[in-house]
Amino acid sequence: MLEVKDLRVSVEDKEILKGLNLTINPGEVHAIMGPNGAGKSTLSAVIAGRDGYEVTGGSITFEGEDVLEMEIEERARAGMLLGFQYPVEIPGVKNVYLLKAALNAKREHLGLPEIEAPEFMKLVREKLQFMKMDNSFLHRSVNEGFSGGEKKRNEILQMLILEPKLALLDEIDSGLDIDALKVVAEGVNSLRDEGRSIVMVTHYQRLLDYIVPDHIHVLSGGKIIKSGDKSLALELEERGYDWVIEEAAQ
Amino acid sequence: MSLSEYTDQWLSAVMPQVSEGPGWLTDLRQGAVEQFATSGLPHARLENWKYTDVKALAKRDFRLPKKVDAAELVAEKSLGVQGLRLVFVDGLFSPEQSDLGELPKGVNVLPLADNANAAKTVLGQVAAANFSGFTALNLASWQDGVLIDLANNAVLEQPVYLQFVSTAQDNAVLIQPRILIKAGVHAQATVIEHYSGAEEAASFSNVVTEVDLADGARITHYKLQQESTKQYHVASLHVQQQRDSRFTSHNICLGGKLARQDIQVELNAEGAEVYLDGLYLGNGRQHLDNHTLVNHNAPHTNSNEDYKGILNDRSRGVFNGSAVVHRNAQKIEAHQSNANLLLSDKAEIDTKPELEIYADDVKCSHGSTTGQLDESALFALRSRGIDEAMARGLLTLAFANEVIDRIEIPEVHDQIEEAVAGRLPEKFNLKGLV
Repeated sequence: MLEVKDLRVSVEDKEILKGLNLTINPGEVHAIMGPNGAGKSTLSAVIAGRDGYEVTGGSITFEGEDVLEMEIEERARAGMLLGFQYPVEIPGVKNVYLLKAALNAKREHLGLPEIEAPEFMKLVREKLQFMKMDNSFLHRSVNEGFSGGEKKRNEILQMLILEPKLALLDEIDSGLDIDALKVVAEGVNSLRDEGRSIVMVTHYQRLLDYIVPDHIHVLSGGKIIKSGDKSLALELEERGYDWVIEEAAQ
Repeated sequence: MSLSEYTDQWLSAVMPQVSEGPGWLTDLRQGAVEQFATSGLPHARLENWKYTDVKALAKRDFRLPKKVDAAELVAEKSLGVQGLRLVFVDGLFSPEQSDLGELPKGVNVLPLADNANAAKTVLGQVAAANFSGFTALNLASWQDGVLIDLANNAVLEQPVYLQFVSTAQDNAVLIQPRILIKAGVHAQATVIEHYSGAEEAASFSNVVTEVDLADGARITHYKLQQESTKQYHVASLHVQQQRDSRFTSHNICLGGKLARQDIQVELNAEGAEVYLDGLYLGNGRQHLDNHTLVNHNAPHTNSNEDYKGILNDRSRGVFNGSAVVHRNAQKIEAHQSNANLLLSDKAEIDTKPELEIYADDVKCSHGSTTGQLDESALFALRSRGIDEAMARGLLTLAFANEVIDRIEIPEVHDQIEEAVAGRLPEKFNLKGLV
């Protein structure tokens, strides 16, 4: 589904990703871990199309299409959604507008008519309830005045409604207390499906207790230096990253 | 030709109206005719009219309105506000479409042409005839309007909806409403002035509104201007406030080829406070001008002003907000802000928040910003699949919503929001989304 080959990315002339390779197949859940400054957030930013990242080499393809040639919104419509580490506050844009505009954009892409109002409201209410969010939330501005936990729940809510093929979650666990983490994890787990892939970028092993990945990768120095199954997370938790980095250096 | 050369032409157009009404009124009108003969229409050399040239308006030949039937247009343009409703077609009261309902004790709502005598002690008390040539012209020749008279402690729960509709006429019409609101001690009311009309209407609305608030009175005033983009619209709102009174103004300016709104507020006694909210949205070659002036004439008075402008295409906006703190008006607070979004390279805004302070113990702030949309918010929306034009539209509407969301009447709030969404540049059109 997603194929990242020898990706090299610079930010302000400093090379952050130095030949990164990653293959995500449909239905798989991957976790990308690594020390601070390894390039974890750069990877998700480049896949989503954020400004300020220069791709100097390599490629990213999604279902065979060249992602780097796609506009930001085309990437989302093709089925790639990024859950932000720091969701932006958008004063004055009500959540309900964002959700409806985004869902209709996707439907248009699929050749479907705009969703009828009652059907839309039913869908949204159901997902809100699942994420333990109040209906009044719909008429609040996107993320404005939200707590850290509410912002992250909001990211997952958008995923539940937009049903991407590939959900890319950037530090979705940061700043969450355990109760909020459980709700977020439940939301993510409900997305798991044989046709859908999930990539979590995280600093902490704790998240992986709640969303158990199929594959774990260690990103360090701009490359993936080790990959393994879920047992790797426990080893990292116990031993830190240094041994992996040393092993890779040899 | 200078503007003064059109003065006679204007006077002869309105002359038949000057003799309408009881003797005290025709005397008052005659005085205003003399004012107008001296001042003429305001020219661009006057500081207050520097950015708004009314020459194109001055040259036009306007006729006095005649009674026409426009039931369909009235129904189509109505905001459907629950409450009292007075309809004016081309400025003339239309009883068939109006509903004066049951008025609570101490409240009088009277169409003005038929009840001029009731307004004898109110008319011209707040708005000076020489405020501008337009004010003088209105006093000399207003045709109709309304008197809302609230006795002490009278509370009108439902809003008074004043619907002004302009029809398309072969000869452009001069529409001159006069609106008088007099609120006694602790009286309360909400008044909506709504201006709209046929798409082809190319008349001139010249409106004067006077509001007098006694001690503790509360008036909320909505001015919703959605006239056709062929229409000229000049209006002035004059407010006089006594102790502990509160006046709130929501001024939404969407229509008009050239629209000018003046607001003048006199805070005359301690505890008086005023809130001025405004939104203007220009497309095409629209010229939208808002001038506000708040005089803090007494200590412990407050003013808060928040105006937002969105200018697209070759439209031009003018904002001039002035707060004057007079000597001995200590312990006052005056806050002012004006923010503008320019959506096109050819759009223009001339903005000038002004503070003049002659007292030393005051809290004042003012600022104006002009800019473009927030890039990180744009990215966040696009990353959800929303195309760039729509994302820009949503953010532009969000900017407007900071003002719209303070509208407290649900029907008005929703329809103004929809109207704003529908007037955003075509590719940003969000109609149906809100």
